[in-house]
Amino acid sequence: MTMITEAGADWYRALANNRIGGPLSRQLGLPRPAQLRRYRPGQPLTEGPVLVGNAGTGSLADHVLSLPGMEQVSEATDRLGALVLDATGLGTLEELAVARDFLGSGLRRLGPSGRVLVLANPPEQADGVTAAAARQALDGLVRSMAKELRDGATANLVFVAPDATAADTDSTVLFLLSARSAYLDGQVVRVGPSVGTAVANGSAGPPHTGRVVVVTGAARGIGAAIAEVFARDGAIVVCLDVPAQGDALAATSNRIGGLALQLDITAPDAPARLLEYLSGRHGGVDVVVHNAGITRDKLLVNMDAERWDSVLAVNLRAQLDLNSALLAPGSPLRSGGRLVSVSSTSGIAGNRGQTNYAASKAGIIGMVRALAPSAAGRGVTVNAVAPGFIETAMTAAMPFGTREAGRRINSLHQGGLPVDVAETIAWLAEPGSGGVTGQVVRVCGQSMVGA
Amino acid sequence: MADRTQRRAAVIGGNRIPFGRAGGHYAKASNQDMLTATLDGLVARFGLRDERLGEVVAGAVLKHSRDRDLTRESVLGSRLSPATPGYDVQQACGTGLETVIAVANKIALGQIESGIAGGVDSVSDAPVAVNDELRRVLLELNHARSLGARLAAVAKLRPGQIVPDLPRNAEPRTGLSMGEHAAITAAEWEIDREAQDELAVASHQHLAAAYDRGFFDDLVTPYLGLRRDATLRPDASVEAMAKLKPVFGGSGGTMTAGNSTPLSDGASSVLLGSDEWARQRNLPVLAHLVDAETAAVDYVHGGEGLLMAPVYAVPRLLARNGLTLADFDFYEIHEAFASTVLATLKAWEDKAYCTERLGLDAPLGPIDRTRLNVAGSSLAAGHPFAATGGRIVATLAKLLAEKGSGRGLISICAAGGQGVVAILEAT
Repeated sequence: MTMITEAGADWYRALANNRIGGPLSRQLGLPRPAQLRRYRPGQPLTEGPVLVGNAGTGSLADHVLSLPGMEQVSEATDRLGALVLDATGLGTLEELAVARDFLGSGLRRLGPSGRVLVLANPPEQADGVTAAAARQALDGLVRSMAKELRDGATANLVFVAPDATAADTDSTVLFLLSARSAYLDGQVVRVGPSVGTAVANGSAGPPHTGRVVVVTGAARGIGAAIAEVFARDGAIVVCLDVPAQGDALAATSNRIGGLALQLDITAPDAPARLLEYLSGRHGGVDVVVHNAGITRDKLLVNMDAERWDSVLAVNLRAQLDLNSALLAPGSPLRSGGRLVSVSSTSGIAGNRGQTNYAASKAGIIGMVRALAPSAAGRGVTVNAVAPGFIETAMTAAMPFGTREAGRRINSLHQGGLPVDVAETIAWLAEPGSGGVTGQVVRVCGQSMVGA
Repeated sequence: MADRTQRRAAVIGGNRIPFGRAGGHYAKASNQDMLTATLDGLVARFGLRDERLGEVVAGAVLKHSRDRDLTRESVLGSRLSPATPGYDVQQACGTGLETVIAVANKIALGQIESGIAGGVDSVSDAPVAVNDELRRVLLELNHARSLGARLAAVAKLRPGQIVPDLPRNAEPRTGLSMGEHAAITAAEWEIDREAQDELAVASHQHLAAAYDRGFFDDLVTPYLGLRRDATLRPDASVEAMAKLKPVFGGSGGTMTAGNSTPLSDGASSVLLGSDEWARQRNLPVLAHLVDAETAAVDYVHGGEGLLMAPVYAVPRLLARNGLTLADFDFYEIHEAFASTVLATLKAWEDKAYCTERLGLDAPLGPIDRTRLNVAGSSLAAGHPFAATGGRIVATLAKLLAEKGSGRGLISICAAGGQGVVAILEAT
């Protein structure tokens, strides 16, 4: 398979970062896409100390500072790796001004690929109109700040439900501070109380150690990257794809030390066969990643039933059917299970020529939101990621203009990599992410599309 | 009765690449390429990366001289642990089944806990040898110690020596091709054309239906752009078959390109292990190898057909296991030619033949034809010689696992007047 390398795919970013192109692009006022810091095992959580501040009655700051890998600020601190604002309990415009002051002054010291993270309580659960307004104001503040950040730095907002424990926020805080969230920018994530029994990530070893993970569409592209990240994080990965992709599937599976399962997920007996396989071969399953998807683009006036039906069958119906089987009584999906679907910014914003694809990807969002409450009773979370422009063999085949536009119209001025989608899915699937459910997380570098 | 105190080897699963047409998709693939890819597909299916297995046994019928230890070289190129030993077996078209028997026997004896049996063949990438006269001159030149001796050797070079030695699909002792031999048998047994065409059409239909229902999803891995067997014709019909001209047995012959197996390229593999080994890894046990038998006939002077040896092997195997020919839920009779299958079945029903040639008291009797090659066989799938045994064992094991009970008989004829037969049981 062809792995899309960072430098190889994005010629402009390479140019804007070299000796000649760098000063030139600065003088011309052109965007300067940064080399994003990405995760390597053993790497420090942040590239520099984390400054933690308060705005409001804040209850999480001390807990955040106690998280593993958190580098404390000292007298000698020059460059910051991250800024964390604990705005839980924020309820007045005065407290909002404190937030401005902390963030504004901290930004000057934020290093390349730095992180800004604001923790607050959800506006809809505020006591009074002013508090709701002040909390909602953070949304505008963070999203705008994200657009002002440079050098690959990102800003995100986490709304923490009042009944969530501090520990419920751990996996999300650590993910958003780390290099794993390289392409997640300008987003709002909600953390509630953990569904089922709250489980912290195992302290020993990577978060997915020993868990059984199924990834559909795993032969190539984003699916292969997802499989690889889960394998890196200790999971037993079942790589699933259609029989016709079997040779690429076997190669991916053997590369990561996983298992290849050739199965057409649109076959009527596919859920039964998959569940039987999971019960028989693995004694259960912990994570199912619905990544398999196809495109059959055509303007709606020319869209025939075959194009419509095939896209809906693979991208949506198969997920509905499999989730239904996984959540039925006696299914091998274990408590603490995680269902994660790959949606798309096309499903949020729409895309010309993609009525079928966008319908299927929007349908996934509806499915995730509807399933989350009932799945919670089984201790299972249901989420989706919505990738923006991701550098894959598919985008490499786009016409030049379309591709360049897609790459640049986001706050990081570059396309994401398959691994960015994979890291986000792996975070949602962590044992410690039980407080994140029913959500659609965009992995788009704060794309203007579907913002 | 055979000694039944030994444990039986479990058939855990299989993998093959789709079989290609000669000169088609795999025209540039070597035996080692195909066998390595097949092993890697099996590794991916069962999570065997870096695993040290007891042994890998495989073989090829058409073999380059450079393919010394083809199996071990393929293991080294695969994702299996390099600490997995391998060796080659060769017994014409019986090779594939013999490798299964070899691995299964070591498992039964407790010498190994797991192993892979396999086979591969390419008629596209067949060995073409240097002209034999030229070879002798070159060897003489190599051995020459003086200038005079070298000149003397070089002086023996002739333009005609440029003509290479091509592999022949003919029996060395009779000069007849396998098809010509089979045509003699077909005539002797009065196997008519229509019955042969019907068997061929059934093979195509069964194989196509098996693909359509996903039966091969965990038995086949695509290779070099080929996803299903290249010779498979889902729309095969008796009417279309009837139009083909005879290719063996002269103008009045009954054997055509439609009811004879096409020359093919491909590879197959079967994962075997002890029940404990499978249980420790949560691997399925599809079936067990119960017993096997090999036979040979004198087709040169003895008046027996080249491909009739399995007819002799089966009654011996049945007797040893206290079974009759009717005691099987599935019959996998390799379709070298449709006429071979039909002659085999007819011989088992023939009282005179069974008593005089096979030394039985009574005919073995007929089989339930609806249990014959139910997922297709070589006429549709193709027949890369050494790969056929592995294809059949994996297919039959899965059929038995689907049924959940029962017993299957495998019968494979081979060149040199040989035959290999075996019994699998579901539990």
